[in-house]
Amino acid sequence: MSAIPLEHIQDETAWELPSKGLLGMVCLIVAEIAIFTIFVVAYIYYMGRDVQGPTPREVLEIPYVGTVCLLSSSFFIWLAEHAIEQGRMQAFRLWWAVTFVLGAIFLADTSMEWNKLITHDHFTISTNLFGTTYYSLVGLHASHVILGLLMLGLVLLFSFTGQLRPTHSERVQVLALYWHFVDAVWVVVFTLVYIVSRHGGTR
Amino acid sequence: MSTPTIPVAGGIEGALDRSHAPAPRGTYLDVVHSWIVTVDHKKIGLMYIGYALIFLIVAGIEAMVIRIQLAVPENHFVTPFTYNRMFTMHGTTMVFLVGMPILFGFGNYLLPLMLGVRDMAFPRLNAFSFWISAFAGILLYFSFIGGLGLTGTGSAPDMAWFAYAPLTERAFSPGHNVDYWAVGLLINGIGSIGTAINILVTVFSMRCKGMTLMRIPLLGWIYATVAFLVLVAIGPLTAAQGMLLIDRYLGGHFFDTQAGGSAILWAHFFWIFGHPEVYVLVLPAFGFANEIIPVFSRKAIFGYAAMVGATVGIAFISTSVWAHHMFTIGMTSFGNTFFTLSTMLVSIPTGIKTFNWLATMWGGKIRLATPMLFSIAFLIQWVVAGLTGILLSIAPFDWQLHNSYFVVAHFHYVLVGGILFMIFAAFYYWYPKMTGRMLSERLGMWHFWLMVIGFHLTFDFMHLPGVLGMPRQIYTYEADRGWGTLNMIVSIGSLVQAIAILIFVYNLVHSYFRGEPAGPDPWDAWTLEWSTPSPPPSYNFAIDPVVASRRPLWDLKHPEDPDSAFE
Repeated sequence: MSAIPLEHIQDETAWELPSKGLLGMVCLIVAEIAIFTIFVVAYIYYMGRDVQGPTPREVLEIPYVGTVCLLSSSFFIWLAEHAIEQGRMQAFRLWWAVTFVLGAIFLADTSMEWNKLITHDHFTISTNLFGTTYYSLVGLHASHVILGLLMLGLVLLFSFTGQLRPTHSERVQVLALYWHFVDAVWVVVFTLVYIVSRHGGTR
Repeated sequence: MSTPTIPVAGGIEGALDRSHAPAPRGTYLDVVHSWIVTVDHKKIGLMYIGYALIFLIVAGIEAMVIRIQLAVPENHFVTPFTYNRMFTMHGTTMVFLVGMPILFGFGNYLLPLMLGVRDMAFPRLNAFSFWISAFAGILLYFSFIGGLGLTGTGSAPDMAWFAYAPLTERAFSPGHNVDYWAVGLLINGIGSIGTAINILVTVFSMRCKGMTLMRIPLLGWIYATVAFLVLVAIGPLTAAQGMLLIDRYLGGHFFDTQAGGSAILWAHFFWIFGHPEVYVLVLPAFGFANEIIPVFSRKAIFGYAAMVGATVGIAFISTSVWAHHMFTIGMTSFGNTFFTLSTMLVSIPTGIKTFNWLATMWGGKIRLATPMLFSIAFLIQWVVAGLTGILLSIAPFDWQLHNSYFVVAHFHYVLVGGILFMIFAAFYYWYPKMTGRMLSERLGMWHFWLMVIGFHLTFDFMHLPGVLGMPRQIYTYEADRGWGTLNMIVSIGSLVQAIAILIFVYNLVHSYFRGEPAGPDPWDAWTLEWSTPSPPPSYNFAIDPVVASRRPLWDLKHPEDPDSAFE
């Protein structure tokens, strides 16, 4: 009974399935994209529909420093991924720390921007539709940056205590994928909030 | 070649661990502790199912309160305030605390067994998802105790399950009713997304050797599709509820019409979640039919590839039909036309599925056991539900009947006649696997026939007051409207259904102790879960199985005519 003639799966070593961690992260990112899409749609829908000011043009300044830092951090985390894959832990720690610092600078930049908006312009989440949509969209992204920084920080800590080894490179890649996603979202948010609505939304 | 045969079926044979002895039971506290800390997919699956059954009873009682209130004209069985809470909580509970958990429960239990692996991809995420969802359900129901307390039914949500803005804004709903709803479902959504990630990764990264994508049992494809829909549908709901909470707690203006906000945007966001959600609930029912109908027709499923294609097709189409819930909200004629046509498009993949099931039964040697009876009733009722759905997809027709009892009858035909019937079929089919004992067929027959009679009394007749103009969610109606007799019939039908469900619950409990021992494979079925003892040991398979076809147990039982020879 135990012998059934079968030809086509004789090559037993060829049974490889996709990485659980990476696939799981991709799924999480799909869900996150759905959430961000709704906030982006709300922002676009309410652009220029305010019954009272201020408008984006009046209060927003383009956050050059933060944007350059965040987007370039994707490059450095990519270097770190390669370093740990090849077992170069010293280089990994360096690039990972650079990524962390760049992310932190972005967050500091955002918090200074919010500080200026709230204390100087008296522009808050309840001021008008622009305030509601602006703070919730940028805030949603910033909360993802905070979460990312916490996890980046943990990995950094583990890499210094020696608990992180080259065998963990796949897990590091999973986290890096999340960080790439946070960066990619900023491309959309930045373009929409600081370029399109600052220059277009005049109705 | 020295070995022209490879031990493929032997792999399964090795996995038939018949020496399984149940572990000695500890004290009562040990048992409770083992269930609370478990990461075993089977135990988590059973907890999901038990949790859902409790809320099925609760939401069923709410439905009975609604039906008693509406049975006769100008009735004052409950206050209008309580009535609003009843229909809101009935809908919310049935969708979020019954439908999704029971389907996740079956998925959790069955997927690793069917895919020939030992657990879900992320067991601890699985436990986390269950417990956070359980917490959300309890939080939602805690609302009955808060505020005015039990007699006034507390501060339970009372703005209907779709919670249209601007009623939900702070100015119009000052208490905590909306907050319980928004926070409860937001937390529940975290659990749903966790489980969806788990299911998708399990199906694509956790298959036993030889189980290529086109050899996965169709239930696996269905659950992968459902999980994808959960990811893209729950996100918008979570986002919209976040916006609602920003409005209510931080003074935002998303849905505040006074400040230029839009109530219609809420409707869009809600239904962008709401319609795919229908398919999240109905696709697992299709999945159960895909497994049960072939086994009880003694034929392999007709058109496996077409079934996979139709499943994925439904998922994609279902994300672009949401505004058919909003024809009366005032869209452009282009919008109306688009959503009419996209909605009608759904009938193509669902039609493919229906005809494939019929073709599977055609010429088969049909065994009319309870799982098959429920499946056949499902087929008929599902077609009727689909037909009224096509009627309602036509915008001018919908303008007449929108928010009437016709719509209520239509979606209950889907949810009860389609989904609930298949869930019952799944219980009768897999209960022996889960407990090691058969459900009583005699009680099952009573359950089935009472359920069919009650269902048709209730929901066939519910269409009529709708056509006569009775709107949904009304508290009561005048005697001269001529809806009284019809509503009485509907209420009597719901009582018959309640009796049927009580028989079912009794059957579940009774058969657990007194049922016939089931053995590993009581239905002479073909998928891998039946190769394990009933109930399966915590490790599922002693040896990782290796499969060579879609029906590995058929290959094992019929070495003279294996499926693998034809693939």
